[in-house]
Amino acid sequence: MSMFDGFKFRSVSSPIHQMDPRAKFIYVCILFVVTVMFSNLIPLIILFLIQVPFVFMARVQKEWMRSMKGSAMFAVIIFVMNLLSLYFYTGYETFGSILERSLAMTVRFIVLVQTFSIFFLTTSPDMLGLALEQSHIPYEICFAFTTAVRFVPVLAEEAQTIMDAQKARGLEMEGGNFFKRIRNYIPILIPLIVNAIRRSLELAETMESRAWGANRNRTNLYVLKMRREDVLLILISLVILAVSIYVSMNVQMPSIIQLLTS
Amino acid sequence: MIVMDDVYFTYPNGVEALMGVNLKIEDGEFVAIMGQNGAGKTTLVKHINGLLKPTKGRVLVDGVETTKVSVATLARKVGLVFQNPDHQLFSETVEEEISFALKNFGYDEKTIRERVDWALNLLDLNEYRKVSPFMLSGGERKRVALASVLAWDPKIVILDEPTIGQDYRQKERLKQFIVQLNRQGKTVIIVTHDVEFVAECNPTIMLMRQGRIIATGEAREILTNETLVNQASVALPEITKIFKGLEDFGFPRKVIDVYEAADILYERLGGQR
Repeated sequence: MSMFDGFKFRSVSSPIHQMDPRAKFIYVCILFVVTVMFSNLIPLIILFLIQVPFVFMARVQKEWMRSMKGSAMFAVIIFVMNLLSLYFYTGYETFGSILERSLAMTVRFIVLVQTFSIFFLTTSPDMLGLALEQSHIPYEICFAFTTAVRFVPVLAEEAQTIMDAQKARGLEMEGGNFFKRIRNYIPILIPLIVNAIRRSLELAETMESRAWGANRNRTNLYVLKMRREDVLLILISLVILAVSIYVSMNVQMPSIIQLLTS
Repeated sequence: MIVMDDVYFTYPNGVEALMGVNLKIEDGEFVAIMGQNGAGKTTLVKHINGLLKPTKGRVLVDGVETTKVSVATLARKVGLVFQNPDHQLFSETVEEEISFALKNFGYDEKTIRERVDWALNLLDLNEYRKVSPFMLSGGERKRVALASVLAWDPKIVILDEPTIGQDYRQKERLKQFIVQLNRQGKTVIIVTHDVEFVAECNPTIMLMRQGRIIATGEAREILTNETLVNQASVALPEITKIFKGLEDFGFPRKVIDVYEAADILYERLGGQR
């Protein structure tokens, strides 16, 4: 569960939390694009490092560490898979360059996790919904989206309870071969899905009995407004994008090995 | 025998659910754990079958420390029925649901069939044998959940909030059932808010408040102690409230049982038995 905590909204008062969710969303999108654009180690490490100050500004270091730790296992898998496939299927590269390429892919994954972790840690589901709504997306869709996000931790907790209940009936989650392990998830997934469906039906009924959708023209208590900081963040994001495009088109990226040997 | 020795438990999110719990439950004892919401009752019982391991302190079941064995091993001895049956039902038929645990424990086909039959009879579920558990009513689902645990005949039976969502008649049957299990020599532990239910069953009571056990004793002693009961956000049984109001007329205070109360009143009104 600790991995999820790295993506769960943390209510802290910080300059990052107060930023307009739309600005943060643009930032996330641009960082996503840029991260996927590079496959060299150096720019990816730079992308990782430039985000670290955000984490500290938002005061979510502990939760961020959780998402990092949680992704460590996947990172190792990505690293090993890359290493093996590069080693066996591309004969012409030296071991050093293979190592560097694999590391780059791993860092790319970590940067993506980090970017989304920062976004979700500092943006409450309510704000996210508000941002969608004020971008003129139909309210039904916004509502479905925020509800889905909000119920993720609830489902995670429920999954834990179900797991406990089945363990109490002698289900052993560990051990066994691959197929047995998959079979072990049936007693957990079925109650989880059934309960989720039941809950959504209940939610629909309770909402309708509270006059959901009675008025076409909804107003909001909070109206989002871009402030100077938000514009600044968007500008920084655009600069990152521009620089990245320029660099990737015009600069021959040196590898770390080249730097070390020259 | 269940022994907890200065048990502390903190959830990963930092909530301190148990803070120094000491208890001893003998074989064949009947215990009700009561207390306010969030007092740590469910956390406490999850320690008995090893679902949770103490952050500090020791939990021993029949002399074996729960940290040393798997949940599945402990579960054979300790049957824990969860509060919400929907957290465990998943099979296509009630029959299969009940045989799930038996298969996990590796019983042979014949024994499984016998045990399933036995459990279906025990909880009056025979007519639902081939029905999907999802089609049943809330009370029936609860009984299926109960049957699915009792099927392997665990030595210790723990029921988390067994009375929730049950109508009067089912409650009455549940009460008889629990008392019967206890008479057969099983250790029975129930977690509940239902004072009236407990007053009628007359178990040993453990009152919890903020992660600690604040009192242990006979139902008659604990449930008539207003200060204690208030501390644990539990109400006095209705009958006790009446007798408390009648104290000035020389009525005894420690009455929790309706039949006993009727006898006292009958006698006082000049009736002869």
